[in-house]
Amino acid sequence: MREWLRWPVLRQITGEDPLGRGRAARSRRTDTERARTAESDAVVGSVCPYCAVGCAQRVYVRDGAVTQIEGDPDSPVSRGRLCPKGAASRSLVTSPSRESRVRYRRPYGTEWEDLDLDTALDMIAERVIRTRDETWESTDENGAALNRTMGVASLGGATLDNEENYLMKKLYTALGAIQIENQARI
Amino acid sequence: MAEAHPVGFQWVMEAKRRGAHIIHVDPRFTRTSALADTFVPLRAGSDIAFLGGLINHVLTGGHYFHEYVAAYTNAPMIVGEEFLDTEDLDGLFSGFAEGHYDATTWHYEGSRVNASAGERDHWDELFGPGGPESPSGWEPPAGGPERAGSGGPVYRGTPELDPTLRHPRCVFQILKRHFARYTPEFVERACGVDRHRFRQVAEALVANSGRERTSAFAYAVGWTHHTVGAQYIRAASILQLLLGNIGRPGGGILALRGHASIQGSTDIPTLFDLLPGYIPMPQAHPHLDLDSFVAADSAAKGYWANMRSYLVSLLKAWWGEHAVADNDFCFDRLPRLTGDHGNFHTVMDQIDGKVRGYFVVGENPAVGTANSRQQRMGLASLDWLVVRDLNLIETATFWKDGPEVVDGETGPERIGTEVFFLPAAAHTEKDGTFTNTQRMLQWHHKAVEPVGDQRSDLWFYYHLGVRIRAKLAARQHHRGPRQRRRDRAVLELTWNYPTEGEIAEPSAAAVLREINGVDEAGNALSAYTQLRSDGSTRCGCWIYCGVYAGEVNRAARRRPGQEQSWVAPEWGWAWPANRRLLYNRASADPRGNPWSTHKAYVWWDPERRRWTGHDVPDFDAATPPDHEPGPDAVGPEALRGDEPFVMQSDGRAWLYAPTGMVDGPLPTHYEPQESPLSNPLHRVQRNPARQLYPRPENPYQPSGAEPGSEVFPYVFTTFRLTEHHTAGGMSRWLPHLSELAPAMFVEVSPEVAEQRGLVHGQWATVVTARAAIEARVLVTPRMRPLRLGGTVLHQIGLPWHWGPNGLSTGDAANELIGVALDPNVHIMETKAGTCDILAGRRPRGRQLHRLLADYRRRAGITDLTGTTRVEDTARSEGSGEDEGGEHDER
Amino acid sequence: MSDDALNRLSGPLADPSREAGYPAQHPPRVGFFTDTSVCIGCKACEVACKEWNLLPEDGLELTGMSYDNTGGLGASTWRHVAFVEQRIDPASRARVDLGMPGMGGSTVPEAEESGELRWLMSSDVCKHCTHAACLDVCPTGALFRSEHGTVVVQDEVCNGCGYCVPACPYGVIDVRPSDGGAFKCTLCQDRLGEGLAPACATACPTESIQYGPLEELRQRAQHRLEQLHEQGISEARLYGHEPDDGVGGDGAFFLLLDEPEVYGLPPDPVVTTRDLPTMALCAAGAAVAAAAAVVGCFWGGGR
Repeated sequence: MREWLRWPVLRQITGEDPLGRGRAARSRRTDTERARTAESDAVVGSVCPYCAVGCAQRVYVRDGAVTQIEGDPDSPVSRGRLCPKGAASRSLVTSPSRESRVRYRRPYGTEWEDLDLDTALDMIAERVIRTRDETWESTDENGAALNRTMGVASLGGATLDNEENYLMKKLYTALGAIQIENQARI
Repeated sequence: MAEAHPVGFQWVMEAKRRGAHIIHVDPRFTRTSALADTFVPLRAGSDIAFLGGLINHVLTGGHYFHEYVAAYTNAPMIVGEEFLDTEDLDGLFSGFAEGHYDATTWHYEGSRVNASAGERDHWDELFGPGGPESPSGWEPPAGGPERAGSGGPVYRGTPELDPTLRHPRCVFQILKRHFARYTPEFVERACGVDRHRFRQVAEALVANSGRERTSAFAYAVGWTHHTVGAQYIRAASILQLLLGNIGRPGGGILALRGHASIQGSTDIPTLFDLLPGYIPMPQAHPHLDLDSFVAADSAAKGYWANMRSYLVSLLKAWWGEHAVADNDFCFDRLPRLTGDHGNFHTVMDQIDGKVRGYFVVGENPAVGTANSRQQRMGLASLDWLVVRDLNLIETATFWKDGPEVVDGETGPERIGTEVFFLPAAAHTEKDGTFTNTQRMLQWHHKAVEPVGDQRSDLWFYYHLGVRIRAKLAARQHHRGPRQRRRDRAVLELTWNYPTEGEIAEPSAAAVLREINGVDEAGNALSAYTQLRSDGSTRCGCWIYCGVYAGEVNRAARRRPGQEQSWVAPEWGWAWPANRRLLYNRASADPRGNPWSTHKAYVWWDPERRRWTGHDVPDFDAATPPDHEPGPDAVGPEALRGDEPFVMQSDGRAWLYAPTGMVDGPLPTHYEPQESPLSNPLHRVQRNPARQLYPRPENPYQPSGAEPGSEVFPYVFTTFRLTEHHTAGGMSRWLPHLSELAPAMFVEVSPEVAEQRGLVHGQWATVVTARAAIEARVLVTPRMRPLRLGGTVLHQIGLPWHWGPNGLSTGDAANELIGVALDPNVHIMETKAGTCDILAGRRPRGRQLHRLLADYRRRAGITDLTGTTRVEDTARSEGSGEDEGGEHDER
Repeated sequence: MSDDALNRLSGPLADPSREAGYPAQHPPRVGFFTDTSVCIGCKACEVACKEWNLLPEDGLELTGMSYDNTGGLGASTWRHVAFVEQRIDPASRARVDLGMPGMGGSTVPEAEESGELRWLMSSDVCKHCTHAACLDVCPTGALFRSEHGTVVVQDEVCNGCGYCVPACPYGVIDVRPSDGGAFKCTLCQDRLGEGLAPACATACPTESIQYGPLEELRQRAQHRLEQLHEQGISEARLYGHEPDDGVGGDGAFFLLLDEPEVYGLPPDPVVTTRDLPTMALCAAGAAVAAAAAVVGCFWGGGR
């Protein structure tokens, strides 16, 4: 009965929208549709990952997935606004192009291979230890302490968190690796 | 700024709405120019000439803020008699020999200037063979590039000064002479800026500076990516100091940085020459211990004098109970530097087989770094490579589909690099802080779990550390005594972070708290002034101390801006001490009163006997303006009440740098490494101290009057678009960004199009000695020829976002660029170079190599091209040293 | 029902929502005021719109039209930023559009004689006309007037007939070939219900896109126009704000710095259904006559 009453023509004839261009034309979905952000499980405070202006973001989450990212109007820096890149943040984090599995290429290999994360981590740890041992420099020609390896280098950090950079620098320094650089210079 | 930082640009628009005059100076007419009141096109690589012209205008017209300059800068300091200026030596400062400056002659009369800790080459001069036992009478060595970061170099003694600024050897008079030839006519000749337009700019700037008004400068890598880049910033500093625009609201020189935490990655440096908080990495030296390392700073004035506290607290944070006074707090575990270990050097070492393993984390050097081919050659020479990123970027796939593979020059079966690609977590999948371009830390909360093998870099490095430590611990009984000794630095490292969740994600909050530091009882510290040198405090980065004050993560504060003052101190946390404006003591006059009511920011409250105001005062809150330190005072206590530049060893801002810069105490116009013009100012064509790497894969082009320079007649500059991000790793894979700027293009003027037969929308090939790339042609009047005296100069613009992978593809502009560096900071020159441009697509395979060989032959390029330090065609007789024909040798 | 039944497809109309059957206490009519004098051409609006409305990418073609690679509004692009490069003649202050630079002949001006440049940027969008022809011609009721006075397509109702496409005087609405439906800006109908501003206006860094009650926006625009005129920017003008224009005024109107055609906007848009009532009356008369004839036939046939 109710469905029948929703029939546009009937609503058109009986209602205040005789030409059927407004209220009478609305579908059920139109009447029930809500902004998807209104149905979020959580709204999480974040910061845009692109440039260094540091625009605040609100990340909307539903069922463990990011459904929308918008500027946070409370921010005194950005006042809720985003540039095209910041506005594309949802696409960035939900992009189907993102790799979700470790890829491994053996020396002289012609294709990627699968490798589980734990094995990859183990292999990398072995390579660090071996390289460090084989390239360790205790002192220079004048007998001055060097305490370092020139066999391991690192590049990156400007897109990372401070905490990540901190652990990198701490671990590398303890290992004696000094060729640690990031985009801040280049 | 509208291009690369659109949301920051809202404040420029806000200022414009309130009547501010917006001036945009750029080789290209960009989206920023479109909104500016005045657009000034200038020749790429000529900014020191332009800024020097403004400095000259301010000095000769008497437009400087006299009281500010006399009280807060080193303008009154008298420089020693031995100093000779570039104006005296036709392009060289005194002390140049063998490609380097000895800064001995640059110092003040009556004082000694020391380079800071770790200065290996001059250690003996600094301390004598016996080490730093007698702090008096140290000789002033040259400042090296790898010395401390944020504080100025140290000097001692009381330099003579002339508050009237009239002494012929005072800094002020030296400045006047140095910049006297930077006239509007010179600016026109050097920069291609019409003299009337230049005057308009100068007058607008002067009218908007002084007691009642302030002007701000914003810049990005258009100023830093030059062989004389650090001096660009020095030139802006001089100008802003003369106008009284530093430390005051609405003033400043604002670096617009391009990555979410590029500031943070400098503060907590993934950089070779620094430890957290701009403490220098120690250089190798036989006598180096903790005492001698900090000695150069410890007896000085200002907050750097407490470096021992900062460093000991860092060592305690890293090695905990193992770091004690008896073992110098494990200072000897820090690896030692022996010069420049920057990325370019490292990559060349990779090519030469010296580096075996390489981690590339959120960066894409295969297309994102100058001379990309050289970078890929480095990658192909490694034993193993770890790439962590969101997408399969070019750096991960170089062995499979890099340009050299596509061109048949090499192939996967000939590349022995073992590659691990580890998918990274995105910012929404991890907790942590970014430090933005205003030094503000902001916490981002984890919103969702990463998928599959995706992990945060925090996870990766924590678990890698756990794994390495476990393996080393298990093998200790198999390892020799020397190995065991070196392993202690790893095994005794504090590495116990709580983890959470199924994937055992380490707690970023715990790491931030370690960075903040704790006292002996393990409670979070609240300010770096609490740090002690006796080992009773631990702190991972002294300038970040306070971010966790009161056990509260202040970076996560989000009190709405609309509920706060305009300074908004309760949104995030800015280092140091949550100060939003550095050196803000300078916003008040020497007596502590605001320079003007309109520009009040912090001031001395005589009733409460405290500094107060809108921001956290950048000064000891209880030190009155008339404070005179005692004769034996050191460190912060040695600062007078009217010395706002508290990190400098004299409390003053430096118009003239008596040490600390390796290429001169003052900025001087030099041509870029590759320029079609001869230096219009003096005979020395290029920065004589620039860093060069002549190698087969990195040839340089002739410049200026050198034969063959006409083969590369066009100036190119690289730029960013708002639609993309850096080398494209975070934008070229996204449909909504790729469609907005879907292909690599080159911007040329209608004139260049006509000269070279380029057709709008069709292809063009851009050629340098290193590479040829193709791009679609965008003919636009926004690129305009410049008239420099009798010459008409044409410039072309190249966005640098592209590479072969992703949705939007194209050749990388970085292929074209040679590696020639600023010697202070080892940054390459991407913003001004020379090239040729041809219609049509670039050739492939062997034909491409033939084209390049042909260009190199026509230009007469050899190993030595471009490596001349000082031209030997002296224009005036007896004008100092003649270092002609010197070359960098590696 | 309104008294001026014949005029309801054109001319001033104070309250299109009321006209469309919403109760008197419906929310105020809202819209966009796009102030192109502060647009920086960043295209955040295009991206924010696509991200919110989950629109597909619209082609990866470098168009060569300055920095505009979107080309225009369409089924998958509901905000579009136009870029216009102009050279201003220093003598006459006349503006010369540079549609396809480099294609022309050899009259290349000398550097110093070429005068000033102007780079106009403007974010275009559906105008949400007071009299919306797309809505009027829609045979399925897929297009409707919302309680906010906006014009919205209901994807699940649309049968893709495409009648609306030629009806739009601005060329806004279009059919997406991949799924056959007609699409255009909804002014983020779903967001409005939650009290949120449309995605484009939310993102816009410089407040070039302003969202709000139409009356308020019109006042704001008038104020801004006066301000610009005071600053000597005499070429500033409003577009689409007049309730008595050919579409009864736009729900999304603009402040432009040149003639509308320069931005690709029609100078004098007229609702394509303006004459429909008259035509409908004639048609109705004809129909009655035809029906009578048919009936007559039957009558005749029945005899």
